[in-house]
Amino acid sequence: MARIEFTLNREPVVYEGDAARRLIDVIRDDFGLKGTKEGCGEGECGACSVLVDRAVVPSCLFPVANVHGRHVVTIEDFRNTLRYRALERAFLEEGAVQCGFCTPGMIIAAEALLSKDPHPAAEAVVEGLAGNLCRCTGYNMIVRAILRAAKDGDGLW
Amino acid sequence: MTDISASIVRRDAAAKISGRAAYVADLAVEGVLHARTVRSTIAKGAILKVDVPPLPEGVYTVDHSDVPGENGVKIIFKDMPVFAEREVRYIGEPILLVCGPDKEVVDEIARTIVVTYREEPAVFAWIDSKAHYAYHKGDSDKAFQNAARIHTETFETGYQEQAYLEPQGMVGYPEADGKITLVGSMQCPYYVKNAVLGVLACDDAGIRVIQAETGGAFGGKEEFPSLTGAQVAVAVRKTGKPVSLLYERTEDVEVTTKRHPSKITLSAALDADLRVIGLKATVGLDAGAYLGLSGVVLSRALIAATGAYTIPHLSVSGDAYRTNTVPTGAFRGFGAPQMFYAVEQLMGHLAASLGFDPVAFKRRHLARQNDETSTGGRFRDPILLPSMIDDVLERSDYKRKRRAFAKDGAWKGIGVSVFFHGCGFTGSGEATHIKARVRLEKDADGRVVVRVASADMGQGSSTALAKIVAGVLGRPADTVFVPHPDTDLAPDSGPTVASRTTMIVGGLLARAAAKLKEAWVDGVVQSAEERYVQPDFIRWDEEAFHGDAYPAYSWGVTAVEVEVDRRSCAVTLKGVWSSYDVGTAIDELLALGQADGGVTQGIAYGYLEKMEIRDGRLRQRNFTDYVIPTASDVGPTDTVFVDNPFAYGPYGAKGLGELTLIGGAPAVTAAIEHAIGRRITKIPATPENLLELIEHGQD
Repeated sequence: MARIEFTLNREPVVYEGDAARRLIDVIRDDFGLKGTKEGCGEGECGACSVLVDRAVVPSCLFPVANVHGRHVVTIEDFRNTLRYRALERAFLEEGAVQCGFCTPGMIIAAEALLSKDPHPAAEAVVEGLAGNLCRCTGYNMIVRAILRAAKDGDGLW
Repeated sequence: MTDISASIVRRDAAAKISGRAAYVADLAVEGVLHARTVRSTIAKGAILKVDVPPLPEGVYTVDHSDVPGENGVKIIFKDMPVFAEREVRYIGEPILLVCGPDKEVVDEIARTIVVTYREEPAVFAWIDSKAHYAYHKGDSDKAFQNAARIHTETFETGYQEQAYLEPQGMVGYPEADGKITLVGSMQCPYYVKNAVLGVLACDDAGIRVIQAETGGAFGGKEEFPSLTGAQVAVAVRKTGKPVSLLYERTEDVEVTTKRHPSKITLSAALDADLRVIGLKATVGLDAGAYLGLSGVVLSRALIAATGAYTIPHLSVSGDAYRTNTVPTGAFRGFGAPQMFYAVEQLMGHLAASLGFDPVAFKRRHLARQNDETSTGGRFRDPILLPSMIDDVLERSDYKRKRRAFAKDGAWKGIGVSVFFHGCGFTGSGEATHIKARVRLEKDADGRVVVRVASADMGQGSSTALAKIVAGVLGRPADTVFVPHPDTDLAPDSGPTVASRTTMIVGGLLARAAAKLKEAWVDGVVQSAEERYVQPDFIRWDEEAFHGDAYPAYSWGVTAVEVEVDRRSCAVTLKGVWSSYDVGTAIDELLALGQADGGVTQGIAYGYLEKMEIRDGRLRQRNFTDYVIPTASDVGPTDTVFVDNPFAYGPYGAKGLGELTLIGGAPAVTAAIEHAIGRRITKIPATPENLLELIEHGQD
């Protein structure tokens, strides 16, 4: 039984249990945060993306032990930010959402990308989405949405 | 662009972006038992015994002996058991469920259950035909006897996995009155309900089916949820507790339906003017272990035998073969992608051998308004293909690229496909099988709820249907609500398939809305219903395969440009240009989303997505092995929707969802052929296949 202390969505939390458990299970089952989705369970699809110390990680491959002392942000907290508002508006206006299962992960990936590169070129956005699969949109509308968020949300990142 | 096409913000998007939308795995159900499926590990054999270890308190197994009614899932026939009883017919066939409160305990028990089989020789060859159709038009024998030239080729296509991002899932729970409610990821709530009725042997009030938010489907959640719904319903009946059956990706890829592999032989007879006047087509589809929808998939493939062309003399036949492999089923396009791939390749190869530009050769054969269709029906509405082709050639700079790429050995290529999709059910299906009904319910405050069984699985139908109803009522779109279907509240408007939702269901809703508007009284609760009536002009003879196979046709032209790496043969998409005639686009942004997503799947079907089977076992079983496009695999898209309103569609709308996939594979293969100077007859055209072609292939 391990004791893991970390920050989850700006709140200090303690997890006691199997240290090898997947972060996604802890987030979804123990903390009830269902916005993080499981699409493949092997780190290929990115639907389970969360931020750990501002970097995007696939929570389905991440043992909870690895977040000890670190800050985990899920869509449930990120959605309260101005950056989220800019991304949300751009996703709505560019038609970047269809089935929506990949979308929270896409938003998290976009946040990680724009934090590092607030004015990305289209190629950089494509690269930033390399770990996130979408089967509905063919990606171009998502790429346009992120470029638009960067432009309309200039100064937020 | 008409007013209705001006986009509104889609209804479900904000909840999806924020992570608040509840998919089936997100539902919190008190006291739920987690279910895990124990499956056949062999392709064919008899089940001799099943050894289950002693079960802890509160853990159950559920198998064929627990089925109160018939152990058969109604899809078209009841040929697939809910749980295998005496025999298994494919690797992955469900034998029983283990259900319990603790997931890990359930998984552990499922792993320790031992099934003893008497193995039998499995059949993988295509010899056991379970569905056979044939039709003729004109006099193909004479056309071939008198032909100036005959050209024959065989084309093969592989499996394609729907790869919706959300895996299959179904949750069921008992209600106080003995009713069982199922909530799941699905396209067709009434398919699930009708399947479960026979399995539980209960009456109409015994089962309720509700669609959860659904994370993509593409046909993969058309018939498959009838199986999981039946299994969960039996488990709930046995245990008296809520039961949750959620697939993980590997299980989903291994055991759910996929696109039928095909082998299609086409012979074309040309007259002295080098015009194709006769065609013989022989189509084989691998149905897998159970027929399911394969007969219907086959008929759609056969009807598309001439592609977008008018060919007067036809002889078309096909079979769906049973093999000891995972059952194949519905996938966006439903038989048409295989057939259009083959026909478009045939036309391209004929053009090359006759010295024509492929597009010029195709143009000589285009179907025109009032032409007879392949099955002796009529193309009643205007066909805009000539101007759509002009537009795509111009936007893609086709003519210049076609010449320039050939000359400089650039390993670049451009190819064009021309295609259609028949909108709605084949033949008289809408009138004889579906008999769709819709209802509008208005409350005292003037809010209108749309009661239909049509599922929004991401394509945006809830937004499109709301726009249609609001438009006819002349009221703001945000006063019209389209909830997820619930069989206790919504009449059966038919399954969410066959590019029928906007055209057929939307058409009925437009009529219901007109009725409601006529009767509208402020402050009063009112409702309006409509049911499908076949237009008189649609005539279809199911036995003879003759007449109007579809009430309307949507049309498309797609150009794809590629660059092929000289050493690795890796293909890079440089651009995709399309023109679609879907009558009227009900919402431009939604339509563009369908266009981008569909063509991406179609192109990937042609060159990227590889799934193979050996001895009945799939070799690609997850997203690491089965590669679907990432953001870096797609090219820029440039799409135009032409206006060509259909008199019987709401605001002139025809079908949209499937059309956009169909042209992808033939366009990308034509482009690759142009780049490498070799003929492709088999998809996916992977780098390994291309290397082989470059070594040994035919010009």
